[in-house]
Amino acid sequence: MSPELLAQLHDIGRTRVAPFAAEVDAGARFPHEAFAALKEARLLSCYVPVEYGGMGLNVIEVARIGEVLGGYCGSTAMVFAMHQIQVACIVHHALGSENFQAIAREIVERQLVLASATTELGIGGDVRTSSCALVVEGERYRIEKKAPVISYAEHADAILVTARRAPDAGPNDQVHIFVRVANAQLTPLSTWDTLGFRGTCSLGFTLLAEGPVADVLPAPYAEIHAKSMHGFSHGTWAALWLGIAADAVAKARAFVRAEARKTPGTLPPSAMRLAEVDAMLFTMRGGVEATLAEYQRRLDLYPNQPFPQDYAFTLRVNNLKVTTSQLIVDVVSRALLICGIQGYRNDSKHSLGRHLRDAYGAALMVNNDRILLQSSTIQIVAREG
Amino acid sequence: MQLEQIRGLVLQHARLPVASDTVTFDSDLYAAGLTSLTTVHLMLALEDAFGVEFPDRLLSRKTFDSVQSISEAIDEMKASG
Ligand SMILES: Cc1cc2nc3c(=O)[nH]c(=O)nc-3n(C[C@H](O)[C@H](O)[C@H](O)COP(=O)(O)OP(=O)(O)OC[C@H]3O[C@@H](n4cnc5c(N)ncnc54)[C@H](O)[C@@H]3O)c2cc1C
Repeated sequence: MSPELLAQLHDIGRTRVAPFAAEVDAGARFPHEAFAALKEARLLSCYVPVEYGGMGLNVIEVARIGEVLGGYCGSTAMVFAMHQIQVACIVHHALGSENFQAIAREIVERQLVLASATTELGIGGDVRTSSCALVVEGERYRIEKKAPVISYAEHADAILVTARRAPDAGPNDQVHIFVRVANAQLTPLSTWDTLGFRGTCSLGFTLLAEGPVADVLPAPYAEIHAKSMHGFSHGTWAALWLGIAADAVAKARAFVRAEARKTPGTLPPSAMRLAEVDAMLFTMRGGVEATLAEYQRRLDLYPNQPFPQDYAFTLRVNNLKVTTSQLIVDVVSRALLICGIQGYRNDSKHSLGRHLRDAYGAALMVNNDRILLQSSTIQIVAREG
Repeated sequence: MQLEQIRGLVLQHARLPVASDTVTFDSDLYAAGLTSLTTVHLMLALEDAFGVEFPDRLLSRKTFDSVQSISEAIDEMKASG
């Protein structure tokens, strides 16, 4: 990423994101201020190719933006990442269609916010299975889906929804639909009063929508999932978790520095804990950077075609998710131990409550056990290298 | 006054392997034996004494070159609040 963009991001983070993070968290409300700033900076279309007016950044750069935002507000970073994942699905799989070329330009011009409804009531986190089905009549589609969690649905312009291809299609024969919120009726099923990531406003809804058939992505969801959802989600999520963890370590560092001032010449014992937790952060970063680099190489290798099956790569992406979602909890907990009561307080500048509560969400967004179960099957046939 | 106080802190915390009377306001502290590690202790002592916090930007070799350059950095930090 260019140094100018990085500086601009930190400026947005300091002035438009961080000052509202506590309020967003306490009120479980959408980070409006942050998104106004990100739209002004045209960052909601940063992954759209230059020929459609976007910035044409790659996944490594998009993930890095999420990481920086994660250091200021976990919910803002999470919404940013989830939005970019939807943009990536369109960019990778739909730009052969004139309709989606126009949508890409619209994402740029209007800085559209895109949400996602993959999870379905009664199916849990198995996103490769749907029970609801697309109903097509002439040039129009109709869809009804009971979605237990759709982050920021009420603040989005469109929601990408998975469904079975047709009422007689199998549960894995899925399509991905670009549903305009203006064409949808969202009836709340549940509230969003959670431990962490409270600003993502991830209420449950019954979604009832209709629209033109051209808004169904041309590629089967199986392809979209393999090439885009899986790698892009876990890569960008892991990066923003890294950002949250790094901020916790920065708070611990500031605390140790203040302590060290009181005992000139000798470092407090917490300084060694700081060195220790920084080494864990290093491990986390290593996983994020290596996996994103490999993912980007694969995207470069197969620009306009689906990813071929590669068990070893799938496993590495799964491993990234499972390890970083655990490391974030571990790193933030250790930072808390360093800051002690000052970290435990909600009213101190070393406060780590929000970081810790957000951290626990990482293992649940696609449950780690579900991922490990999938990995354990693949392990049997996978080959390294 | 500030220069003398800084010189005192340097002598106390920088653990320089040279005779204290050879350290003047302009002496090259790195040549006198200041290392990247002892700089940290010196920085902490300075932060405590002057109630300032060195931003990353000022944590450079240039800042700790001499008693004089340290004093300028402290003035800058005080000025920026
Ligand atoms: C902050 C946040 C935002 C989110 N935003 C969205 C969003 O915008 N859109 C969206 O669609 N989803 C979103 N999700 C994901 C979604 O909420 C959950 O992943 C999904 O609802 C799964 O819920 P679950 O944990 O009950 O289900 P499961 O994944 O089914 O897990 C429940 C239990 O089942 C176990 N289990 C594991 N494997 C299996 C298996 N093979 N069969 C049966 N049980 C198994 C698990 O170990 C666990 O104990 C979000 C999640 C979070 C935390």
